[in-house]
Amino acid sequence: MMKSLHIEAAKCTGCLQCEMACSFENYGVFNPAKSRIKVFDFHETGLKVPYTCTQCAEAWCLKACPVDAITKDKSTGAMMVNEATCVGCKVCTIACPFGTINYVADTGKVQKCDLCEGSPACADACPTGAITYIDADSTGIDRMRTWAAKLENQTAGHAD
Amino acid sequence: MAWQRKILRVDLTAGTCTSEALNMDWAMAYLGQRGLATKYFVEEVAPSVEPLSPANKLIFATGPLTGTMASTGGRYSVITKGPLTGAIACSNSGGYWGAELKMAGWDMIILEGRAASPVYLHIENDTATLHDASALWGKTTWDVEPALRKIHQDSQLKISSIGRAGENGVLYAAVINDLHRAAGRSGVGAVMGSKNLKAIAVRGTKGVAGIKDPKAFMKATQAAKAVLAGNGVTGEGLPKFGTQVLMNVINEVGAMPTRNFRDVQFEGAKDISAEAMHAPRETDGKANLVTNQACFGCTIACGRISKLDQTHYTVVNKPEYWAASGGLEYEAAWALGSANGVNDLEALTYANFVCNEDGFDPISFGATVGAVMELYQMGVLTKEQLGIEAPFGSAKALTYFAECTAKGEGFGPEIGLGSKRLTAKYGHPDLSMTVKGQEFPAYDPRGIQGMGLAYATSNRGACHLRGYTVASEILGIPVKTDPLETDGKAGLVKAFQDATAVFDSAGICVFTSFAWTLVDVAPQLEAACEGDWSLDNLNVVGERIWNMERQFNNAAGFTNKDDNLPKRLLTEAAKTGPAKGLVAGLDKMLPEYYAERGWDTEGRPTATTLERLSL
Repeated sequence: MMKSLHIEAAKCTGCLQCEMACSFENYGVFNPAKSRIKVFDFHETGLKVPYTCTQCAEAWCLKACPVDAITKDKSTGAMMVNEATCVGCKVCTIACPFGTINYVADTGKVQKCDLCEGSPACADACPTGAITYIDADSTGIDRMRTWAAKLENQTAGHAD
Repeated sequence: MAWQRKILRVDLTAGTCTSEALNMDWAMAYLGQRGLATKYFVEEVAPSVEPLSPANKLIFATGPLTGTMASTGGRYSVITKGPLTGAIACSNSGGYWGAELKMAGWDMIILEGRAASPVYLHIENDTATLHDASALWGKTTWDVEPALRKIHQDSQLKISSIGRAGENGVLYAAVINDLHRAAGRSGVGAVMGSKNLKAIAVRGTKGVAGIKDPKAFMKATQAAKAVLAGNGVTGEGLPKFGTQVLMNVINEVGAMPTRNFRDVQFEGAKDISAEAMHAPRETDGKANLVTNQACFGCTIACGRISKLDQTHYTVVNKPEYWAASGGLEYEAAWALGSANGVNDLEALTYANFVCNEDGFDPISFGATVGAVMELYQMGVLTKEQLGIEAPFGSAKALTYFAECTAKGEGFGPEIGLGSKRLTAKYGHPDLSMTVKGQEFPAYDPRGIQGMGLAYATSNRGACHLRGYTVASEILGIPVKTDPLETDGKAGLVKAFQDATAVFDSAGICVFTSFAWTLVDVAPQLEAACEGDWSLDNLNVVGERIWNMERQFNNAAGFTNKDDNLPKRLLTEAAKTGPAKGLVAGLDKMLPEYYAERGWDTEGRPTATTLERLSL
């Protein structure tokens, strides 16, 4: 089953465990500056929103890359950066409408979320369930359930 | 190696920033943050130093677990000699700033001297520079943060700053980071102001590497997080209700100091409780509480984010206060509310916003207002002097005083002295509810006897964060003791004090200790850090830190006579509740405490004790 990261911002407390887990997974260091998932704190409303690559089916980054350094991983659906091929031209960072692929000065390459080979460290680390890794075709299932519950009393045949 | 092994020393007089290696011998003996920074402080600063003079130093310090995946590993402390108390001051804050400093590659910053004119410190990884802050002087912390991000074109800068209270020398001025997290107590913000230092802006992209055993560390931190998640207090009570979960509990046990400690129960407690923060308002149908919030790395998330009622008298036509911001924690709700007999939740929230905005401690401020209101009721202070009628229960007086103290206007500078100096000035020193000049927090020692001893012996003056025996006496953590009994409290207080010193020195939040003991902390430190961080050694480290602080205070002129409580608590019995008829039994506990500590009858560590602790 293809899975995708599912983000429910309302559950996020802004602890940044996801950012530390991401940097630790990829660089062996606790460093939000190197994280591929970022939590945004909209302090005027109190809302915190984790944000990362959605792994577009038709990915701007992949199409923009002049050296074909970005390919799709068939098992996870993630767009993967082949560091050996990447020349650090940054065209992908311009092409991506969401800003989720970024240049890393230390390596001279770009980086993006690669879904940790199907076991995303951010989702494992999230203490509130704001980030989960679930069936890619059913990311709306919980919202559907919530709305379905609201219809309960109107359902025909539910007389008692 | 979870330390960065690097200190930034800033000479504000000379205008220089230099890097030096962390003394690792001291790190092995004092761990980090509170312990290690205090070691530097006592080695470098004379105990007799005048707190607001250039000779005093100000240290911002992180711990080895700051900036790691250890839950709550985002803390930093500000260490100095406090102007409110004249004792060692160490105020701890969360938010994101501490972790950012660590990520920039520094364990601590030692600030010395005094800048000739206002400056701020900008740190970008290894590079630290002082800049002119004359355009920022006079601005609030809420204005300084966006201003610095704009100046440096860096939306990710983390900022720790003082507001006008710190500039104006309010003796309990705080250092504020991330808009509403505070190194709140003992006046560390006033020391920052006395040095003409407005802010420290940090951007760190180096991260924390070199964990001794990464695999073991991830395992240990995961296990410890599971303990927090499974605990009723840290897993349910604190995320949902914040520390305000205590308001109704403490009121019911008759330990809610009310109207400057005249009473021990507040009839309006329910109006300013956690439950009240959750309830929809009559005016706009919305709750005061918007959401909970975590500090860096915290899996508890007890922080309160509130929005004010836009029709409330405090903020009508003041849209700058309509956004969400740091809401009421229990201590603030008590100090701004019960201590003054005020039960207007929105007024308290507004006063709390103002405390954050201009950087001053709501506990000392609120408790000082309590003394002012009592002096007003007695006719000692008048409407003409105060600028407003100020009987107990007046929300309008409370919020007016908050504004005056923030701006340094009207009677504000008098309130900014704290209750000890203010009540002495007006001839009624007995009405100051303080120890060593610092105002009490939210637990009446007549109803929770152990807290009386904890207050009397706290190294930074009256405080709930040096030995929180409430956990045992009320909540039964780790074992239940009778809050009305004095027996056994000496040992309990010592155990809490020593353990807390370790939590504060590790870089984690003391609120974890609702669920964790040092048994949970030790494996995390052992996996992260070189050195001996076994349970046995941690107990010694905690006790060593406590005694080091005590020695500084003794050398600064404090004696056993300062390990005392105000006359009211020793002679006026509680009028209601389970503690009715009781006074604080300090005299029964203090000698036993000295003996437990290995101190002589004057409260001085004996030679044997010092040798045992390698001091």
